[in-house]
This record gives sequence, structure tokens and C-alpha cells, in this order.
Amino acid sequence: MSERTERSEGREGMPSRHGMSERTERSEGREGMPGRLGMSSSSSPLWEVFVRARRGLSHTHVGSLHAPDAELALRNARDLYTRRQEGVSIWVVPASAITASSPDEKDAFFDPAADKVYRHPTFYEVPEGAAHL
Amino acid sequence: MSRFDFTLAVGDDALIAAQRLGEWTSRAPEMEEDIALANIALDQLGAARLLLTYAGELEGAGRDEDDLAYLRDDREFRNCLLVELPNGDFGVTMAKLFFLAAYQVPLYSALAGCADERLAAVGAKARKESAYHLDHAALWVKRLGDGTEESHRRMQDAVDQVWPYVHELFAPDPAAPVDPSTLRADFDATVSAVLDEATLTRPETGWAPGGGRDGLHTEHLSYLLAEMQVLHRAHPGASW
Amino acid sequence: MYGNDFAPPEDAPGGGLLGEVEAAEAALREAAARARRGGAAPDEDVEAYFADVINADQKIEPRDWMPEAYRRTLIRQIAQHAHSEIIGMQPEGNWISRAPSLKRKAILLAKVQDEAGHGLYLYAAAETLGISRDELVELLLDGRQKYSSIFNYPTLTWADVGAIGWLVDGAAIVNQVPLCRCSYGPYARAMIRVCKEESFHQRQGYEILHTLAHGTPAQKAMAQDSVDRWWYPSLAMFGPPDGDSTHSAQSMAWKIKRFSNDELRQRFVDMCVGQAEVLGLTLPDPDLRWNDERQAYDYTQPDYAELMRVIKGDGPCNRERMAHRRKAHADGAWVREAAAAYAAKRAERKEPVAA
Repeated sequence: MSERTERSEGREGMPSRHGMSERTERSEGREGMPGRLGMSSSSSPLWEVFVRARRGLSHTHVGSLHAPDAELALRNARDLYTRRQEGVSIWVVPASAITASSPDEKDAFFDPAADKVYRHPTFYEVPEGAAHL
Repeated sequence: MSRFDFTLAVGDDALIAAQRLGEWTSRAPEMEEDIALANIALDQLGAARLLLTYAGELEGAGRDEDDLAYLRDDREFRNCLLVELPNGDFGVTMAKLFFLAAYQVPLYSALAGCADERLAAVGAKARKESAYHLDHAALWVKRLGDGTEESHRRMQDAVDQVWPYVHELFAPDPAAPVDPSTLRADFDATVSAVLDEATLTRPETGWAPGGGRDGLHTEHLSYLLAEMQVLHRAHPGASW
Repeated sequence: MYGNDFAPPEDAPGGGLLGEVEAAEAALREAAARARRGGAAPDEDVEAYFADVINADQKIEPRDWMPEAYRRTLIRQIAQHAHSEIIGMQPEGNWISRAPSLKRKAILLAKVQDEAGHGLYLYAAAETLGISRDELVELLLDGRQKYSSIFNYPTLTWADVGAIGWLVDGAAIVNQVPLCRCSYGPYARAMIRVCKEESFHQRQGYEILHTLAHGTPAQKAMAQDSVDRWWYPSLAMFGPPDGDSTHSAQSMAWKIKRFSNDELRQRFVDMCVGQAEVLGLTLPDPDLRWNDERQAYDYTQPDYAELMRVIKGDGPCNRERMAHRRKAHADGAWVREAAAAYAAKRAERKEPVAA
């Protein structure tokens, strides 16, 4: 058993109630968030892939892949995520270049928006007969 | 070369290239690369099917793509020797693909503008695919050439080993829908630029084996066909 | 509401299993829209929060707190699934070079290529749980993580490509469709993508067998022989009977798994009987018959002792499959190193490599 695996298995067993274990903190990073995972150095970096499915739509996160550099990441993304004509444009972003909000900040980040109902058009009453609003 | 022979030759190139690339399935250096090689194999196979179907129609003897692929012997195949060479390591495969694509891009582009509508349609479709193959192979030739000491040595060996087989591709044939000798300048320019960037040396031209277009192949082709055709030939007349 | 039962295939929107995948995708969107629940508040009990999310049929996402056992279970299951896709390329890949027509060759190449793609989607999902691809590959290569035992059986004839598509992919889809509703978001999303792409796999296998079964006597015999060999191993794909299954209860509670092994196996048998009739092939089970009381087919259980032997490493092809994977990995090392070295040189020269 390699040293690396031993370590990671040890961590899996770590109690991590409340708050985040070191491992969780890192794993947070994934799914469009920062951080090369694990300590393995031999593998190529992780890239997050965003695809514009059709003209008029924005790029959407579709998944991730490994590639040694941006050129290959882009080509791998083409082969992996658009085999069935799923896209007209691709972005690849190094996972390590993404800064994400942390779970502890989640409420501070997002809850304040919850009471600002006036930002949504459904907040407003439209007088009967008023069209094109 | 008649239109039939020419179509058959271009189609056989694509078919045998696809067969060799398909051998990489589940063996590529990275899983991502496995997918890329399969994509290129599928492109080549798609072009082969269109070309062999058309060749069968030109011949007018009722042979379809499968009759031509599965029921000819090696002496009847018209592909270049380059595509039938064994895959070797990943460097050899990339050298083969790079040289093939650097030839196919100008070939298909020229075909796209030729008078034969069917060949023009194949050319228009396949030149985009070949451009991608060329791009992919060039990326790897550069990475292997300018990567580690070992990869540089292996890539240079691969280029040296495969280089003699490129000359056959450009044998003059003024009667063909596209005279292959007219493609050489384009090919040389592509190759020089990429090899330079890859810190690789273009080999001197010396030994120049040929014969594929006349059905005189290397010893490898017969084995390749034995494997490819075994099942089809074991059940004469069956549908699949 | 999901979680209670399967809709009969013909009632599902879009028809059949694919319809269920679409329904799962719609449910995922609905659940996401239903409530905006942020992370656990600093003073909130994270376990209660986790249970809340699961009970509400919402998705656990990578940044959420989760029990370590949940994380470990998912890593094991997703990794095993990913490894299965990658090892599963071998038995079918075995026939790419000999496919009997150019059309079949193209279909098979595309299918095996999809499997590599599915493996990669799943590795990516596993990586969201805090384990790297390298670690996962290492766990596979030194035998500490398993892949589906079905891929340790050999593909001896072309008909086996058909039988794998019909029976093996069919069993896999029955297993996987419920996973589209798995409580872990990245896994559920990967499975939706996988299942959508796999719908063609089963059909191409069925079509191969149908063509063979209606072909020459030799072809029909080839088809029957392959069904005879693949039927019981396919039944064994659903795992040991419920009573002997070690992980089932907890996985059901966590909504990682949504149906028991035996429920899924029964569903698969019930689907196959009619399909075999249309093929004109016989399922190799003399005791297979309709049970009016149960409204299901009675069938002979697969040999679970054999399943255990194969899982432990003594199937016909375990050694070959692993040797093949190890060799590919080892042979590719110099290429991966070269690519890394090239990228490092470029980065040093501060030349942008972006296209």
C-alpha cells in the first residue's frame, strides 16, 4: 500500500462532525471549484468544462477532465463532451483557477438575497388592463 | 489511374488507417486519448465507406462496400504502405497519423473542388475531419518531440522509421481526378513547420518503398486482412 | 413521487427506460426548484441537516457536510462503476477488428468509445468526493477496488457482442436508471448522461442478435449459444440475493440505492422474456414460467458461488483483463510524462498554450 493511499484512507475514517475535515474542505473544491485534489503529482491537472449548447445560450458547466495543458484540455473536451453535437463552443478552465464561495459563507452569501423579493417581477401587481408589462 | 482505381485507393487508405487506429481501443496512454483515437478511426471509417460504396458503383459489377472490404485479397488492395504498417508505440502511431493527415488535408481539399460531384462531396466532408486529425497528430508530435529526453528519442525514431513511406503518396498521376504530385509542396510545408517546432529533424530522403497503389504490399497487410475478414468470409452470403 | 415503484415501461414518458431517465432528470430539476436550502447554519446540527436534505429528496452536493460512511460508500460505488466501464471496453473491443460489416464496425467502435467516456464522467463524479483520478486508477490496478464481474467472461463469438448489448447492457440499464435519482448530485447527473447515451447500446445488441437469429442456421446457433452463456452471468450482475447483500440497507436509507438487488433482477427477467420470444431464442432456464399470483416470472437463480469466485479473481478472464489494463497504463507512462514536461516548459517560457 502506498503512503499516499494509507494517508487518504486514514483521513476517510476521521471524525468530521460539524465544520469540515481537511479532506472535505478540499473536496469542496470540486464540481466547478478550486483545488487539485489529492496529493498525487504525476497526473495531469483537472479542468472544468463549459459548453454552449446552441447559439443564444450561455456556457454551462458539463463536467471535468484531465489534461496536461489547455490545448489538449480543449481537444479532450471536444471529444468527451460533444460527441453527439452537444455544443457549438467550449471553455476549459483550470479547476485550480476557480475561487468558490465556502460553505460557511453560504448563508451570508445567499440568504440576504432571499428577502429582496422586489427584485423579481412577480413582486409587482399589474393593474388590470395594463398590457406589455 | 482510372477514377475507379483512384477512388478505391483513397478509400483503402482510409479503411486500413481506421483498422489500425481501432487496434488502440482500450490501450491508449490516457483514457482521454482513447476517445480521441476512436473518433479519428470513426472519421476514417466513415470516409472509407463512402468511397468504397462509390468505387463499387463506378465499377458497375454490383459490389458494395462490404464486398470490397471483406472479399478482396491483399494483392487487390490499393492503399499506400504507410497505413498498413503496424502501430508500434504511440510515437509511431502519431508519426503515421501526422504524415497521413498532412497528405489527406490537401488531397480532400483538392477533391472538394473536382469535377466529380460524388468525390467533391466526400472531399468537402472529409477535409474538415482531416484538418482535425492533423491538428491532433501535430499536437502530439510537438509534445513528444519537445517533451522528455526519452520521448524526443522515441519520436525522432518514429519519424525516421515512417518517413520513407511518405514518398509513395505523391507519385505523379496526371490522369487521376487529383494528381498526387501536386500535393507535395503543401505536405512539405506542413511537415517542416511542425517538425521544427517539435525540435525534430526531417530525415534525408533516401529509400522510398512503394507499390501499394499497384497491390504490392508489405507482409503486414495480409495479416491485417486475415483478421479483419475472418468472420465475414466464414459465413459466405450471410447478412449481419 | 418517486421512491415507491417503477412505472411500467410503456407508461413512462418518452417510452421505456429512456423515459424513466427523462423523468429522473425532470425530478432533479423540480427538486432543485422546490426549495432553496443553503448549507447548514453554523449552529445547526449538520447530521439533522443532512437527513433533512435526503428526506426532502433533494441532492447532496460536494460542498455539503456528509457522513464519512456516505462518502466512502459513494466513492466505492462510483469508482467500481467507473472501473467497470473502462474494463468493459475489453470484451467488446475484442471484436472491433473482426466486425463482420463496416457498419457494425463503426457502431461497435462508437459504442466502446462511449464506454471510455462513461468511465471518465464517473471518475469525474468520484473526484468531487475528495479522491483523485490517480488514486482511483491505482486502486483498480493493484486490485483493491473491483469492477463488475461480468467483464471477466470471454467474448468467444460475434454473437457475444450482441448478447452483451442486449443482456449485459440491459441489466446495467435496469441497475442504473434508478441511480439517476441517487441522492448525490454529481453521481445522479453523471448517470443521467450515461443512461441517455446507453440507450443505443442495448438496441444495437438486440439488433445484432435479431439479425443472427433470422439469418443462416449457423448464425442462429451462434446467437443461441451466446444467450446460453450470458444469461446467468447477467442475472448475477444484480449482486447477491437481498438477504446476503451487505451494503443494501444503509444505501437504501441514504437514497444511494433505491431498489433491492432482487427487485431489480426480477424486473430484468420480466423484461427479457418477451424480448427473447421476439428474437426467437430460448432463455436457458427450464423453470422459467409466469406466476399469476406474483404477476412476475419465476426463474432459476444464478450460481452465486460462481459469482463469488469470479469476484475473488478466479473468473475466466480476470487475470487477462487486469494485465491488459496495467500494460496500457505502463506503456503510456512515457507519453504522459512527455506531455507534462512539455506543459511545464511552456509554462516556464510563459508562452500561453491556450488555443
